[in-house]
Amino acid sequence: MSTQPSGPAAQAPYLRIENVTKRFGDFVAVNDVSLDVQRGEIFCLLGGSGSGKTTLLRMLAGFEIPTSGKIYIDGQDMCEIPPYDRPVNMMFQSYALFPHMTVEKNVAFGLEQERLGRQEIRRRVGEILEIVKMSPYLARKPHQLSGGQRQRVALARALVKRPKLLLLDEPLAALDRKLREHTQFELINIQEQLGVTFVVVTHDQEEAMTLSSRMGVMNHGQIVQVGTPSDIYEFPATRFVADFIGSVNMFEGKLIEDEPDFVRIRCEDLGGVIHVNHGISSAPDATVWVAVRPEKINISRQPPAPSGGTHQPEAGAGENTVRGTVKEIAYMGDMSIYLVQVESGKTIRVTIPNVARHTEDRITWDETVYVSWHAESPVVLTR
Amino acid sequence: MPRFSAHVGRRIVIGIPTVWLIVLFLIPFIIVFKISFSEVRLAMPPFAPLFEWLDGKLVAIKLNFANYAFLFTDALYVSSYLYSLKVAAVSTVFCLLLGYPMAYAIARSSPTSRTVLLMLIVLPFWTSFLLRVYAWIGLLKSNGVINNVLMSLGIIHEPITMLQTDFAVYIGIVYSYLPFMILPLYSNLEKHDLTLIEAAADLGARPITAFLRITLPQSLPGIIAGSLLVFIPAVGEYVIPSLLGRTDQLMIGRVLSDEFFENRDWPVASAVAIFMLGLLVVPIMLFQHFERRTLEARK
Repeated sequence: MSTQPSGPAAQAPYLRIENVTKRFGDFVAVNDVSLDVQRGEIFCLLGGSGSGKTTLLRMLAGFEIPTSGKIYIDGQDMCEIPPYDRPVNMMFQSYALFPHMTVEKNVAFGLEQERLGRQEIRRRVGEILEIVKMSPYLARKPHQLSGGQRQRVALARALVKRPKLLLLDEPLAALDRKLREHTQFELINIQEQLGVTFVVVTHDQEEAMTLSSRMGVMNHGQIVQVGTPSDIYEFPATRFVADFIGSVNMFEGKLIEDEPDFVRIRCEDLGGVIHVNHGISSAPDATVWVAVRPEKINISRQPPAPSGGTHQPEAGAGENTVRGTVKEIAYMGDMSIYLVQVESGKTIRVTIPNVARHTEDRITWDETVYVSWHAESPVVLTR
Repeated sequence: MPRFSAHVGRRIVIGIPTVWLIVLFLIPFIIVFKISFSEVRLAMPPFAPLFEWLDGKLVAIKLNFANYAFLFTDALYVSSYLYSLKVAAVSTVFCLLLGYPMAYAIARSSPTSRTVLLMLIVLPFWTSFLLRVYAWIGLLKSNGVINNVLMSLGIIHEPITMLQTDFAVYIGIVYSYLPFMILPLYSNLEKHDLTLIEAAADLGARPITAFLRITLPQSLPGIIAGSLLVFIPAVGEYVIPSLLGRTDQLMIGRVLSDEFFENRDWPVASAVAIFMLGLLVVPIMLFQHFERRTLEARK
């Protein structure tokens, strides 16, 4: 499911965050964050609660003032500018619709502050409500709308001002699952249609992966990694990122051979050697971590035959393979999750797509199996 | 069984205030209402019975509307009513102007200082109302604290007459009733969702605009509740105007008490009371109407 909108154009960053730090008393909410976002991007800030993502968003909106550092939007320094003068609008997590105003009044509120003419306001409110498909509900009050409809009104109210930057705080958190998927695609459509730059804050990795053209993973007030969703999923930079995005099997080991085009790692957890066919830069004997995604692992009754003859040195016999017992199987419909316990006691998570409806002779509980992966699959992490 | 006892429990809970209101409000009201249609006479009780009974049979009903007609023929009553309404209205406006910022500040202060501030608002109730009004005499009179301080500072050279003026009555009422304005306003303002203010700012509204268009309309129920809690008792206020107010212009509460105790004209006094109630029912009905509308809007 790849729905990434057109990538960033090669130009000066539209939003530039320079060494921004925010302290609340002793607590450092945002710690020396620097970030560039291009015009027309959907940039997601992904992180758990307390990671500083919301504080960063609130600084972009102007509700919080950075303790140090600078924020530029379209080249303009934002530090001295109060929220009501910023070319930025925000869609709040709670939507924050004005309960005593109709849908039309809510959406018109921002334009009225710009002192536009009545006709102009009417026209633009009509236009934006058409785009979010809320025109029939013009005269309703927020309490007469469903959650999804409120979300659309909130979006329309933020977009009608044609902001340079639209900030979305957990835009889909309040919607149920089905509506969420639908809304994700609609958000992307609207974004492409209007060309507004989006900065989205979310704790939901799935939401971040589908929405964003690029994303930044935040932890303890810092941005740990910035990249496209596939970059971050396939090449996580740290253990935190690998663990936070998707699920992962993490093995701790010692580097025993470090060549430019492959590395070998002895891993006590597995009682064997992991062979990875890309080099890393690290000292020999260093402790490293190997991350392997569950869907990149095979499971079989017989030990897999070493697949030689590739253009790169391949794993030797017994490498990247470990014997274990199936302890748990979870049937998820589209796939099954197998938990295989190896001799050291460590459990390896494997996901197998359920390609056929009936698989005779499916691997079942307590069977002895071989778990293996290709030498290209693991990611070696040094921190 | 549990259903049954829950039902009984509900009846008791609703029943007690109902009985209370019937015994202590409805029955006295009917008695006063009845007296207001009687004729005054020098006897004990000082009014003629409404119904004449003979051998256990009702022979005549003497309804007397003269008491109500009298209220409109004598200028004393009309001017007292109007004066009372004016004093109550002006006091309510001042209570609102003073109380709103105070309630707002309390609602926006930190939870710990909020408790202390609310405590301070309620603190005056620990002293007798009468004592507190008497204390104002000591402050306002010609050789009272305020005049003495101003004179010793050389700001004025002869005492300002403050006691027995409208000003003193306003001071007394605003001072005494301010908590009744602040408390409902506070409980309203405290519930406001502050992200709405942020949303308004985000959409380009300056703080003043955000207040006028978001906070103020949403605090309307609190404004109305507070205003009624001040206005209604202020109209019938007796103690404050008697102690601090003018002697040439009476408020209706004073007129009422004079009719009862000085003139012993119970029927006219009752008519004064009933008519005042009628005047006050109008704002109460408006309030009820507004409450119902906001309740319906929240469903």
